[in-house]
Amino acid sequence: MKSKWIRMTGLLLAAGTVFSGIAKAQDTIKVGILHSLSGTMAISETTLKDTDLMMIDEQNKKGGLLGKKLEAVVVDPASDWPLFAEKAQELLEKDKVAVVFGCWTSVSRKSVLPVFEKDNGLLFYPVQYEGEESSKNVIYTGAAPNQQAIPAVEYLMNQIGVKRWVLEGTDYVYPRTTNKILEAYLLSKGVKPEDISINYTPFGYSDWQARVAAIKKFGSAGKKTAVVSTINGDANVPFYKELGNQKVSAEDIPVVAFSVGEEELSGLDAKPLVGHLAAWNYFESISTPANKAFITQWHAFIKNPKRTTNDPMEASYIGFNLWVKAVQKAGTTDVDKVIAALPGVETPNLTGGIAKVLPNHHITKPVYIGEVRADGQFDVVWKTDTTVPGEAWSRYLPSDKDITADWVTLKCGNYNKATKTCSGQNFK
Amino acid sequence: MPQYTLWISARKDAGTAWFLGGLALVVVLVPILNQVVPPSSPFHLSAYGLTLVGKYLCYALLALSVDLIWGYCGILSLGQAAFFSLGGYAMGMYLMREIGPRGVYGDPVLPDFMVFLNWKSLPWFWQGFNHFWFAILMIALVPGSLALAFGWLAFRSRVTGVYLSIITQALTYALMLAFFRNDMGFGGNNGFTDFKDIMGFDLHSDRVRVVLLVITAIMLGLSYVVCRMIVASRAGRVIRAIRDAESRIRFLGYRVESFKLWVFVFSAVLAGIAGALYVPQIGIINPGEFSPINSIEVVIWVAVGGRGTLYGAAAGAVLVNYAKTYFTSTIPEAWNYALGALFVLVTLFLPRGIIGLVSGRVKKQGKTERPLIQAGGPERSRE
Amino acid sequence: MKQSLLRPGVRWFFLLLLLASRGAGPVYGQSSSDDTFLATLGELRDASFADKDDVVEKSGQSGHRNVQAVLTALLEDRLYFRNDDKKVFLVKTAAGEDSSALDLIDPVTLQGAGSASLDNLTKIGTNNHLRRILQTTLARFRLSSADASVRVQAARDIEQNLDTGNVQLLRERSAVETDSRVKDELAAGLALAALDSSDAQPRLAAISTLRHSLRQDVLNKLQALIEKSPDGSFAESDEHVRLAAAAAVKSISRLHALNSGVETLFFGFSLGSVLVLIAIGLAITFGVMGVINMAHGELMMLGAYTTYVVQVAMPNHKEISILVAIPAAFLVAALTGILIERTIIRFLYGRPLETLLATFGVSLILQQLVRSIFTALNRSVVTPNWMSGTLQLNEALAITYNRLYIIIFTLLVFAALMLILRRTRVGLQIRAVSQNRAMAKAMGIRSEWVDALTFGLGSGIAGVAGVALSQLTNVNPNLGQSYIIDSFMVVVFGGVGSLWGSMVGGMSMGVVNELLEPYAGAVLAKIFVLIALILFIQRRPRGLFPPTGRASENQ
Repeated sequence: MKSKWIRMTGLLLAAGTVFSGIAKAQDTIKVGILHSLSGTMAISETTLKDTDLMMIDEQNKKGGLLGKKLEAVVVDPASDWPLFAEKAQELLEKDKVAVVFGCWTSVSRKSVLPVFEKDNGLLFYPVQYEGEESSKNVIYTGAAPNQQAIPAVEYLMNQIGVKRWVLEGTDYVYPRTTNKILEAYLLSKGVKPEDISINYTPFGYSDWQARVAAIKKFGSAGKKTAVVSTINGDANVPFYKELGNQKVSAEDIPVVAFSVGEEELSGLDAKPLVGHLAAWNYFESISTPANKAFITQWHAFIKNPKRTTNDPMEASYIGFNLWVKAVQKAGTTDVDKVIAALPGVETPNLTGGIAKVLPNHHITKPVYIGEVRADGQFDVVWKTDTTVPGEAWSRYLPSDKDITADWVTLKCGNYNKATKTCSGQNFK
Repeated sequence: MPQYTLWISARKDAGTAWFLGGLALVVVLVPILNQVVPPSSPFHLSAYGLTLVGKYLCYALLALSVDLIWGYCGILSLGQAAFFSLGGYAMGMYLMREIGPRGVYGDPVLPDFMVFLNWKSLPWFWQGFNHFWFAILMIALVPGSLALAFGWLAFRSRVTGVYLSIITQALTYALMLAFFRNDMGFGGNNGFTDFKDIMGFDLHSDRVRVVLLVITAIMLGLSYVVCRMIVASRAGRVIRAIRDAESRIRFLGYRVESFKLWVFVFSAVLAGIAGALYVPQIGIINPGEFSPINSIEVVIWVAVGGRGTLYGAAAGAVLVNYAKTYFTSTIPEAWNYALGALFVLVTLFLPRGIIGLVSGRVKKQGKTERPLIQAGGPERSRE
Repeated sequence: MKQSLLRPGVRWFFLLLLLASRGAGPVYGQSSSDDTFLATLGELRDASFADKDDVVEKSGQSGHRNVQAVLTALLEDRLYFRNDDKKVFLVKTAAGEDSSALDLIDPVTLQGAGSASLDNLTKIGTNNHLRRILQTTLARFRLSSADASVRVQAARDIEQNLDTGNVQLLRERSAVETDSRVKDELAAGLALAALDSSDAQPRLAAISTLRHSLRQDVLNKLQALIEKSPDGSFAESDEHVRLAAAAAVKSISRLHALNSGVETLFFGFSLGSVLVLIAIGLAITFGVMGVINMAHGELMMLGAYTTYVVQVAMPNHKEISILVAIPAAFLVAALTGILIERTIIRFLYGRPLETLLATFGVSLILQQLVRSIFTALNRSVVTPNWMSGTLQLNEALAITYNRLYIIIFTLLVFAALMLILRRTRVGLQIRAVSQNRAMAKAMGIRSEWVDALTFGLGSGIAGVAGVALSQLTNVNPNLGQSYIIDSFMVVVFGGVGSLWGSMVGGMSMGVVNELLEPYAGAVLAKIFVLIALILFIQRRPRGLFPPTGRASENQ
């Protein structure tokens, strides 16, 4: 008898949970947060979940949105890419959220993209990525390659006089595409192919001895050499440790990284890294009233005065504010109307400029090059005069030069100007 | 003994009946709940629910394959995820070819990732995958051949126990590293995604999903029946004897290596089929599926459900994955505690798994599955 | 896109001033030169980075008595200007994390000039390129420093820029130099300069001086001499010089290859030692007790976090905190291990595959526990000074200290473990229980107690491995997951239950991996090692050193 009851209860529980969740009180607006809280990406993504919660909290204190309170729906896709798609489906179909803030790696974004496009959801993606994409249902608040990689290389070439380049990346699509663009850029500026060395290592690669020794050798050929690092995640810490140990100082061979920010440095001893570079659209050390207020608010929310802020947090901040403004402009949270209202919406960023949504669903961002300080912060050594508009399709790649994305007039993310056809992410 | 010649014998009826009955229920209910019941009703099964149930069924099939070799033959393979993923990749390659010119770069032959890697033509191992029947063949052939090669080497050298487990882990780990490489031609870390349709049917439409789910359920049922037949046959007795006392059965004259090999290959093919059914429903396959941790999780499902019973393994897979889905939504910050605690408690208090708990009554009547031959003393008993 | 913070008109003004100041010459004690000096400092304050390079170089030549002090301050982030009056000052000590006010030093008198709060001061910044120029400029001053190692480094820096002025400086210095190291360095620098000379004789002499040098820049220069340009002519016109250079290049390359081989071997041993460390704890629990401990990685993680906590608790003793952390980590991990054993493993003896499942659950719980307490972020563990840096054996071979110490540490731990197991009473009991439990119990050994102790020992070793890992890689909740697969491979390769097996197995796997890496790349090298392992197990199904005797039957 006991066994039968157990089975019955089990079945009912199963049925209930799978089918439930539709008829609920509609006086809140649900906001989905799709960031990994466990697994390899938790290191980076947990901070963004907390940032989103902080923004929602603040908005609710201001009275909510359209008269209703915002309700956060947090799920944990556990750094598992199929689970990202599943959780995205859950947020859109079961919880019926009005918007989702989420994803970090390109794989996670690519795996949820079909879900968002089919279920017509709205995703704000806050991390720098490789471009080659513009979806109707995604707003990209992170940097595209022309807002990060190209300016960094320009700085090294023009200000530091670098002649030899090591493009060191983790073996996946973001570094591969970025390096493809950078290689094309460097060749177009007259750099000889033998002065460019491209190398990939797997995720989580931790034994950098041989690789750093090889970089040293490449860099001792007499010409000023720099390393452009698209090394991602966990592998950065052992890489920088090895650089420090083998005494590769920033004056000899500077390393500019695109995935190392204040948060990554907080887990490292930054002293051996002083002078190495990073390229971002935001640094915690930039002194503006908006940034100071944000940092104070963050420290109060997270109850830790030593927590750092970083660029993806700013991107989440911008994304959230853009969404709120678009909803207010459209007067509703209906996804189609909000998407239509978004291009042209502006909100201030934290470094004194304005972030504006462009027809290709990217935003305008300033570019900063910073040098690592011993305390784990960055000293800005160069910045753009104005904000740079994000380009989804890189003008340096022959396959991309005719392609443009425009969701306002052309209503296409992958429009070939030469053949006048829309392909790829075109859907009915 | 007469009761062993029938594939449905009296004492195993209950579990099998429940299992097949449950599957039949799924096959009937799911189409109704998705297609007939309107979306506004609380009983409507959304696409999300369809994906979930489909995933559980695929995992149940995978668990079945593990139970066959572990619960019945005593081979603890910690690399079943490799065969699952290989089948998944075979199906994925077919689906990628099906995208054709609708990819981001619009190339009619090359998938997107090859275009951005600047490859000019399709590698040799992609040829033929635009035909569905070829893909189906590969789904069975590739995991099967790998299992054949690996198993032949391993069993012939009499690698057993924990050594075998670890080299199966080495196998799946090596495959994972290999598939993560972008140069391999399998999409690297991104894997395959953004599928459009299968055999002309749109993968995103609910109707097609329902059909896929029903096919999965049917395959699960069929595999179950076949496994049941194997296990209840004379060969099944030998297999169970291998589990209990390998040396003894070898000295009795049976060719232990052959039996092990064929069970291993069959289980690999089952796992490959499970993977192939998983991919169109989930919409993505990526090298993380080869991860050794995934293989260990499959073993855990089987242990939690109850090994050596087939339906127990399937039940365990559904239960554990359901728990994971539930916990990652309701307690996203602490679901690891819940899952970890579940594993520890089940191992400590339910050595026969959940099925052992449920069929406790049957146990008391002394009709449990006892090892055919008792090997050695109490300390030497093998599990 | 160049960014100039200086408006064009102002720039011309300062340029004029600069030209004027150059004519002034090195006159000491006169106020006009002090004024030009101050004007130069003003330029430093306002210039963009590109212009700062020029200012620094010119001021290096200007000859003012305080130039060295000012430029050193600039290099060390100690040059500021006061916001209200825009006067430039040096500060005594660089701003630390908690400074709010800094002590100022007047640049002309080099005396104290009061203090100012950080809010009222703006740092005059440097970037990479500028620091390189500063170092080369300062090298000229440092060439006459009292410390020999500073002189060596100064000579090195000057070699980056061998113009006639610098070569003259080197020549002057080598005439009065007494220290042999510095003399060699100066001679090498002069030889390098001589390679550019117009006569063949000095070039030939230079080549024979540099024939045995292992420096990469020397090799590059010599190779450039024998290089053929596309039209068939050689860069080097003289035949004798060319032949000499070719011979030198050959012998140097051979030496390089030898050193590179030694270096690869060192890399292999250091990778191997990490593998051995993570595996021997497992070899004990696995081999001696028959328990498959999937939480082994998490025990290592606990050890790494213990190192972090110890460091945070002893903030002023960074040098010894790691030594304190070793026994602390051992204790923490061992106690956790004993806890796991008493509550869970105890009931699962004789069922190794059940232990796998239960400990997998434990690993999930431990990971989440650490994540909840310490958050998912990386925790920074500082390397103590005595462990950082490299040991420069010769110009071509450098051995990093931390890896060297880890190799030594591994050997020590291994020796200690062997000692415990072979020579102590506890070790005897452990071995007895693992070989034949019933007999051991009959002899009066308390087997439950011994079980707990053994598991504790294995776990403690894992904790100690975590201390070593904290020096090499991230400290975060996923630390264990990255290493658990490798540790199982090593144990199985070496033979379950054999400590020597783990040692030999781990070291050989590390060396093979590193040998293959330059040819096949990191991933393929790893894959080859795995496939080799699979094939090896076919040949020797029980590993390198299989357990023998009846007890091995059911392993």
